Amino acid sequence: MRRLLAAVIALPLLGSAAMAQDTVKFGYIDPLSGGGASVGEGGLKTFQYLADEINAQGGILGKKVEIVPLDNKTNPQESLIQAQKAIDSGVRYVTQGNGSAVAGALSDFVTKFNERNPGKEVLYFNYAAVDPILTNDKCSFWHFRWDANSDIKMEALTNYMKDQPSIKKVYLINQDYSFGQSVRTTARAMLAKKRPDIQIVGDELHPLLKITDFAPYIAKIKASGADTVVTGNWGQDIALLLKAAADAGLKVNWYTYYAGGAGGPTAIKQAGLDHQVFQITEGFANVQNKASQDFEKAFRAKVGLSLWYPRAVNEMRMFKAAAEKAKSLDPVKVAQALEGMKYEVLDGGEGFMRKEDHQFFQPIYISSFGTIPAGQFDEENTGWGWKEVAKVDTDKTVIPTTCKMDRP
Amino acid sequence: MTDLASHAAALGAAPPRPTVSDRLKFYGIWLATAVALLVLPQVFSSGGSLTTFSLVGISIIFALSYNILLGQTGMLSFGHAVYYGLGGFLAIHAINIVGFHKWPIPLPLMPLIGGVAGLFFAALIGWVMTQRSGTAFAMISLGLAELVASSALILRTFFGGEAGISANRTKLFKVFGLSFGPQIQIYYLIAAWTLIAIIAMYALTRTPLGRMCNAVRDNPERVQFVGYDPHVVRYLAFCFSGFFAGIAGALAAINFEIANSAYLGATQSGTVLFSTYIGGIGFFIGPIVGAVFVTVLSLGLSDLTQVWQLYFGLFFIAVVAFAPGGITGLLMMHRPLIRAGMLQRMLPSYLIAVVPTLALCTGLMMMIETIVHYTVNPNESPNIKAFGIPFNAERPSVWAISAVLIIVGFILARMSWTRVGQTWDATLSAARAKVHAT
Amino acid sequence: MDGRDKPGHDEFIRHGPDKIMLELIVISTLNGVLYGMLLFLMASGLTVIFSMLGVLNFAHASFYMLGAFFGFQISRWFGFWPGLIVAPILAGAIGAAVERYGLRRVHKNGHVAELLFTFGLAFAIEEIVSIIWGKVPVDYRTPELLDFPAFTIFSTNYPAYKMFMLAVSVVIFLGLLVALKKTRIGLIVQAALTHPHMVAHLGHNVERIFMLVFGVGTALAAVAGVIAGPSLVTQSNMAALVGPILFVVVVVGGLGSLPGAFIASLLIGLLQTFAVSINGSLGSVFGPLGPELAQSWLSDIWNVSVAQVAPIMPYLLLVLILIFRPMGLLGTRES
Repeated sequence: MRRLLAAVIALPLLGSAAMAQDTVKFGYIDPLSGGGASVGEGGLKTFQYLADEINAQGGILGKKVEIVPLDNKTNPQESLIQAQKAIDSGVRYVTQGNGSAVAGALSDFVTKFNERNPGKEVLYFNYAAVDPILTNDKCSFWHFRWDANSDIKMEALTNYMKDQPSIKKVYLINQDYSFGQSVRTTARAMLAKKRPDIQIVGDELHPLLKITDFAPYIAKIKASGADTVVTGNWGQDIALLLKAAADAGLKVNWYTYYAGGAGGPTAIKQAGLDHQVFQITEGFANVQNKASQDFEKAFRAKVGLSLWYPRAVNEMRMFKAAAEKAKSLDPVKVAQALEGMKYEVLDGGEGFMRKEDHQFFQPIYISSFGTIPAGQFDEENTGWGWKEVAKVDTDKTVIPTTCKMDRP
Repeated sequence: MTDLASHAAALGAAPPRPTVSDRLKFYGIWLATAVALLVLPQVFSSGGSLTTFSLVGISIIFALSYNILLGQTGMLSFGHAVYYGLGGFLAIHAINIVGFHKWPIPLPLMPLIGGVAGLFFAALIGWVMTQRSGTAFAMISLGLAELVASSALILRTFFGGEAGISANRTKLFKVFGLSFGPQIQIYYLIAAWTLIAIIAMYALTRTPLGRMCNAVRDNPERVQFVGYDPHVVRYLAFCFSGFFAGIAGALAAINFEIANSAYLGATQSGTVLFSTYIGGIGFFIGPIVGAVFVTVLSLGLSDLTQVWQLYFGLFFIAVVAFAPGGITGLLMMHRPLIRAGMLQRMLPSYLIAVVPTLALCTGLMMMIETIVHYTVNPNESPNIKAFGIPFNAERPSVWAISAVLIIVGFILARMSWTRVGQTWDATLSAARAKVHAT
Repeated sequence: MDGRDKPGHDEFIRHGPDKIMLELIVISTLNGVLYGMLLFLMASGLTVIFSMLGVLNFAHASFYMLGAFFGFQISRWFGFWPGLIVAPILAGAIGAAVERYGLRRVHKNGHVAELLFTFGLAFAIEEIVSIIWGKVPVDYRTPELLDFPAFTIFSTNYPAYKMFMLAVSVVIFLGLLVALKKTRIGLIVQAALTHPHMVAHLGHNVERIFMLVFGVGTALAAVAGVIAGPSLVTQSNMAALVGPILFVVVVVGGLGSLPGAFIASLLIGLLQTFAVSINGSLGSVFGPLGPELAQSWLSDIWNVSVAQVAPIMPYLLLVLILIFRPMGLLGTRES
């Protein structure tokens, strides 16, 4: 106990160990314990794999990349403490993805830190938090986002939906917090513009992760006569929703943001919704592209997970490219090199990092989950996998921004 | 809930008329605390340690405010974070409004706004809540906390939804040229408020109200006979507790420059319960010890091991089972021995008992970390480092070693702790006899 | 919102108001009863333990989770039905051990200490489960025997498995009532609670009775876990998600009252289900706010629909009940 105590006390206090000059420290701030840990651990393994890949090729400007895992317990305050700790130990680049609340707090923190500590700037790479506000009203020069924000995904989805005459009545069901809110309002606005004939027959918000029984919601969807449901639900909220739908025998098409998240494929398979659940992502395992297929195979063999974050691959590879272009690992120079950078993404096609708001634009795929031909990748050992339904090209995903950025 | 009394009874056990030397000692302690708070950042000056100290200060205020309820008045609350969070939100809004209008109100006064907010909501809600004590009070606080936390996500304009409300603390009216941008200035701000709050809460325990709180905790019926309404006493204690919790919340908001729904949540309420209980609810200093311990532990433990929650839970179970008086309770048990100068009689048996206990703990840790290696990180390198001790988890000897450590450690620990108990009884009665004789 | 956007508008025109209303009421009642019975299944053990031992077991939901994971593991090896028998026995044994070696020792320090002990236990169990089974949901399926729609009403299917859940809840409720009120052992248990010394003098081992009661209570939680696991998500955070609502059930029903918990479960199930089906908000009743208030915090309250707040209604109910009837619906004592 005493030794433990000594170690515990020494750690946060003496965290400011001398900066190691031979490595690039890359802080990974995401939940590694508690409820969100399943997602956070998957992300960590992805980044460690990518760091190994870069190091095998000689690192960035001759320096090895070292991923520093920091557990934020999905709590914004905790994230700021971890960021502070990371900065103390010489980290100049942090990445985070889970939770827009955390992302907002982190972006705010990094911006203020850089303002107050010139010469010690820190960059924040966001690989999965999709609240549009981060690249609009609250945008920051120090924040870069590789995932398509929820408005971009909706733009891509509605561009696909507008060519589907079979869609007549749409039901929206979302979690009652900022992300669910924004899915719901953009869906309404974009559908009204692109397909005014589509009826929104229901628009539901339910509390986040509090529902054990979705049967009443399914009853409402059924009563509304909807043929399509659009939902941003994730975690158990998507799993339980789909299970309840299957139980009640509801036959609709599900357009989702996160049906592919941990546990989602298992639930879809259990519910038997063969190719009725669609997902909007920047990539998936069975995308028809040699490079990404090879990557997926190698990744699965080594890590034992399917690649859920193709965007993390783009992020790390672009980081290396930007540093090499700037010939420096100084965060300010790397940030300037990243602005406007064009890049061939993992799943094929060109993307670009928009200078105005630091949002990355890339091709978006709509895929459905169900039975797949032999030899393709399945998910969570269900035997089912994702199949491409449509690809929305980069230029069809670009939407305007309200960002007014303060530059150093 | 009267059973809390037995552990907490020692609280009021101060002599009625302190001698001059006692008084000197008393003021000396406060002075020493103030000096220590001043010097601390000179010794540990990294940003991380400053943040750690700031958080410790905040959680000290929060835990002490919680102990006004639990330790002093005997009310178990599962929703204390409500007042902490509302204080934080009001403070953030105040910073934004004051900054926007450029009113001449400096940042150091903002915690007061948080405190008043906490007081206001405690006063508003408290009257109905404090009608009951015991389980009913605990359950109302649980339900209310859940209600407020859920509403925070629905009432977006005030609570800012999931992202919360952020502010910039440097945009306020400046006094003495302090911008309050650097963490060191925030540290001193928090340290000053912590000291003020500790003194105020200590003074509160010395007032007639503080004494009545103890009486309500121990025997509400008798309080009624004396002519006081226990409900009113509980209500007042609740309001004070809300006030200080609000101050803590506001300081947290200033430190992070953000307030969000996590401030109000069950985790926050649980953490303060943990800290207060682990520190010891029977002594004024208990929550302070607990807050320091738990804050440092929760910041550091997640770096040492992936499954820190498991250790945390086991540790808490151990405290509840073996040291119901908390850490301070354990230490204060030795006071009579120290007075009689007989502490050294206990030391040998403690030393004997500590060795197998440590072996038992080490064995358990090895076992847990090895299992974690196999189930959670099967693809990673087997050379794991748990609590700074490196070992190879895939070597079969690890199982044998940890099994031996656990079994032998357990048996020996049991035997040696029984011996400690015997020595303790003998020493204590000897010490009592000696004190009585003099 | 114009008229076209209103959910069910088309159906409304096609079938007329009566049919839609009837359908909504029938479906909501059915769903409410099913959900309520699931809640009762989970909460019955909690109320048994509280009424017998006076311990508010914070780790109850953790035993529910243990039941689900044991059930999952056993169903992998031997099938669902053996799991339904063995998993509760295992969890009950663990529960009894916890009582014997943990709670009993803490008991002398009072109820707060007992409560906090179970609080810590919940922490530890969650972490142990996630070490063993991981943090992602496991694939726990409904048994094939019950994997078909039992009946269809207004074109909504009700799976046989849900009917099975309902039946088990009712059987447990009746079984417990009979066991406590009519059997000899039930009488001894009740006597042991109020007059432990008397019962001990009569030659009964009171400590063993307490251990058994705790074991049975946790085993009941595990039964709920085995049964609810396949239809909900079996995951290491499932305990934390259902924990608070179980307290609401037990407290609203009256601490320690089994029929109270039964009624409270039904009440909460129905309340929540019906609330979900109501789209109205203050705004839709009293008209929209004036433009000067539209951006203020009042607009949040004004535009929140009943459906949106449905899941927090149980907590509102809890607070109201405790204020106006602190002993709960059918409770006899306050703490």
